[in-house]
Amino acid sequence: MSRPAPRLQGAGFVAPALLWTLAFFVVPFLVMGAMSLATLEGRTLVWGLSLANYTELTEKAYLWRAVMVSMEITLTVTVVSVVLAYPLAWIIAFRVPQRWQRLALLLAILPFWTSYVVRSYAWLLVLAREGVVNQTLMSLGLISEPVTLANTRFATVTGFVHFFVMLLTLTIYANLVQLSPNYRRAAMDLGASAFQTFRHVILPLTLPGIVTGAFLTFVLCIGDYVTPQILGGNTELTVPQVIMVQLGRRADFPLASALAIVLMAIVTLVYILSARWLRLDRI
Amino acid sequence: MMRLLPWAYLIVAFVFIYLPVASLVLFSFQDGGLPVPPFEGPSLRWYADILSDGDVMAALGNSLLVAAGSAALACALGFLAAYGLARHVLPGSALIRGLLIAPLTVSYLIVGLGLLIVIQRTGLGLSLMTAGIGHVVINLPLCFAIIYASMGAQQQNAERAARDLGADEFRVITLVTIPMLAPAIAAAFFLSVTLSWDEFIISFLLTRFDVTLPVEIWSMLRSGLSPRLNAIGSLVFLVSVTAVLILEIFVFRKNRS
Amino acid sequence: MTAPVSIRSVSHTFGDFQALSDVSLEIGAGEYVTLLGPSGCGKTTLLSVLGGFIDPTAGEVLIDGRDMTRVAPAKRPTTTMFQDYALFPHMSLRDNVAFGLRMGGMGRAARYEVAHEMLDLVGLAHAAATRPHALSGGQRQRVALARALAVKPDVLLLDEPLGALDLKLRRAMQDELKAIQRRVGTTFVHVTHDQEEAMAIADRIVVMNAGRIEDEGPPARIYREPATLFAADFMGEMNHIPARSDGSVVTTSFGPLPGLRAARGDAVLCIRPEALRSGEGALSFGPGEIKVSAFFGTYTRVQVVPEAAPDLVLTAHLPPSEMPEPGSRLTLSADAPAFSLFPTGN
Repeated sequence: MSRPAPRLQGAGFVAPALLWTLAFFVVPFLVMGAMSLATLEGRTLVWGLSLANYTELTEKAYLWRAVMVSMEITLTVTVVSVVLAYPLAWIIAFRVPQRWQRLALLLAILPFWTSYVVRSYAWLLVLAREGVVNQTLMSLGLISEPVTLANTRFATVTGFVHFFVMLLTLTIYANLVQLSPNYRRAAMDLGASAFQTFRHVILPLTLPGIVTGAFLTFVLCIGDYVTPQILGGNTELTVPQVIMVQLGRRADFPLASALAIVLMAIVTLVYILSARWLRLDRI
Repeated sequence: MMRLLPWAYLIVAFVFIYLPVASLVLFSFQDGGLPVPPFEGPSLRWYADILSDGDVMAALGNSLLVAAGSAALACALGFLAAYGLARHVLPGSALIRGLLIAPLTVSYLIVGLGLLIVIQRTGLGLSLMTAGIGHVVINLPLCFAIIYASMGAQQQNAERAARDLGADEFRVITLVTIPMLAPAIAAAFFLSVTLSWDEFIISFLLTRFDVTLPVEIWSMLRSGLSPRLNAIGSLVFLVSVTAVLILEIFVFRKNRS
Repeated sequence: MTAPVSIRSVSHTFGDFQALSDVSLEIGAGEYVTLLGPSGCGKTTLLSVLGGFIDPTAGEVLIDGRDMTRVAPAKRPTTTMFQDYALFPHMSLRDNVAFGLRMGGMGRAARYEVAHEMLDLVGLAHAAATRPHALSGGQRQRVALARALAVKPDVLLLDEPLGALDLKLRRAMQDELKAIQRRVGTTFVHVTHDQEEAMAIADRIVVMNAGRIEDEGPPARIYREPATLFAADFMGEMNHIPARSDGSVVTTSFGPLPGLRAARGDAVLCIRPEALRSGEGALSFGPGEIKVSAFFGTYTRVQVVPEAAPDLVLTAHLPPSEMPEPGSRLTLSADAPAFSLFPTGN
């Protein structure tokens, strides 16, 4: 009986997944890269090595504006989410009694598993002109006219923050509970106040978890089309929204591809900046 | 005062987290035509309405099909790759691992856009199949990572013991490796089902006539707030939560004990 | 710096579990005390009460005559060396050791000077700039010691400090700990479950069981004349021989015992294996059959079933020059001061 060489056998196991990733991820990605260097003349696609789609970014104000809007929204969302999630993770890890912790965490992240279309719609329900918040405030007599909440950047940020607070609570909680409780005890024992313990010991030790969560937030937030489309409306467009406009109305695949490459470049840049603290293997 | 502050924060946080979901579910039982206060009801008429809506039911069926199919394929491919990389010395294994994980770091929109361009270039039609291909691309890295991470030395020794006792490679995998890794494989499968079930943008770009449920919901969104959307949304949420709870109760509980 | 510690009627419960019941103990300034007992005996709880990590349900703790029972750990003249060392992984050894001084508001130059002194004391001055993950277990243990001593505590609390080290390193560190304690003069309270460690290191051993103190005193006294049967067994291997007292004379299967008195009832006679020797003596166990005989280097360990009590097995440590064959006959005996008698009720 002959057996294939182990090395060949191992390659046989890996090959299907590898071929799948190459065929349906790497190749499309390369084609998209090539597409970003092509141009559209009238309705016909002309392959080439043109940087026109990239220079358009600086020439056309609405494109540059979209990049800025995306960056502003994403940074706001990342910072606000971390600031809100950290205390929540802290309370669940250190204030909620041990036996209830898993339940509290499960409950805190359960709506995380709602489809993002449904979740954004649910926020529209809350924030719309005739939505839950306005109706409630008006029936309580606190306001006479509905407040504009939906179709604003505020609504987009709220929808995003809702989602990412749950994600970050999970990553920060996981980071907090794996710290030996003796770190806190040792710091207190050596005379540190509660704030000093947090500042000098707990915060530095949880920094990798925070950065990892913030990076995920950044990547998922800057690439999302649904939330700004449903909650932000068309008052200001983010890069994914502009990409979808190119695909739909104008069928301008080269420009859409160039914008996608720009998004990837931004993510790569942020990855390099945060790589020192990132622990992607811990996700 | 200082002792109560954490609990107050916890309550405010939970209100924020549950406000949209609670509004969604509550007003799915609305008796009137608008899913906003004041609440009238409860009534199941909107559930009856959507359950008798052919398009919605077809989309629901499509979603389940795509979710189950793509999750099963992603798990199978992920398992084989993890087994190959964990049990055999391969040249460039670090590179292969990096390549398999890579789609995780790219947003779904870009994965979908790339596939859309290639599919249009090759002249293949858009269908549920193409959306399923996209879902395997995004779920394969997760399945691979989860299963690879759980392939420890303990399993390897059991595999060696089985081989020592005369089992061939196929029997080693089916009788030893897969049963020992069952919790990880189940976790990967249910996570993939949930992600595929909830996924919108890839399905939106890569389907045409037969669509998945999130895409169907998207097209209904144009008509604004409606209790029908609340009812569908609540059902979608229920399915996701069920998958997550199954995972929590049957996989992680067992894992810990 | 150093101070006496006084523990007065301390009790503590976790839910339904009574971790400490009415424990009182006086520890002198500069004394090296070990709390010895099996896991769950309350020794670590008592240490946490001293360190301020647990508020006892009842009783009080005085350090240097001042009531410290409800004072926070930061405000106590105690520091703790944790079982897992709890070195801050993101700080250099220097910053770890200087941490307490920094919290106390000492300037950088001054606190680094102290940190170097302390690192020098534990022989790690050359590694001041490295991070804890680069160190071996024994080195981490030294850094934890330096960090705890840097703030000049009156009392140092050590929670199984040598538990994570292998046996050889452990024995070496015991000597070092003791030497450092002699130099700094601080009161050390050291928790362990290893009776050899306790004997090697302590001025005084406190044997604990089920939340109570069973015995306390110098190591040699506790080993030779334990106050309770539990202390007797915990300090090392012990032969148990059933005995009975009629109020004036104590009798075993080997006849009446000379010179021992006990209240009327059942009792158990305890003799250490090394107190048994071959041949006749003040107390003879008569001839018996050797079941097992094994050479241990410094002694030969034999197990003998005496003819007078066939359901008993006596273990004896004989000089290594004697190597009797299993199956042969041997007479064992002991001298009067070598045994203790404990009543077993009824």
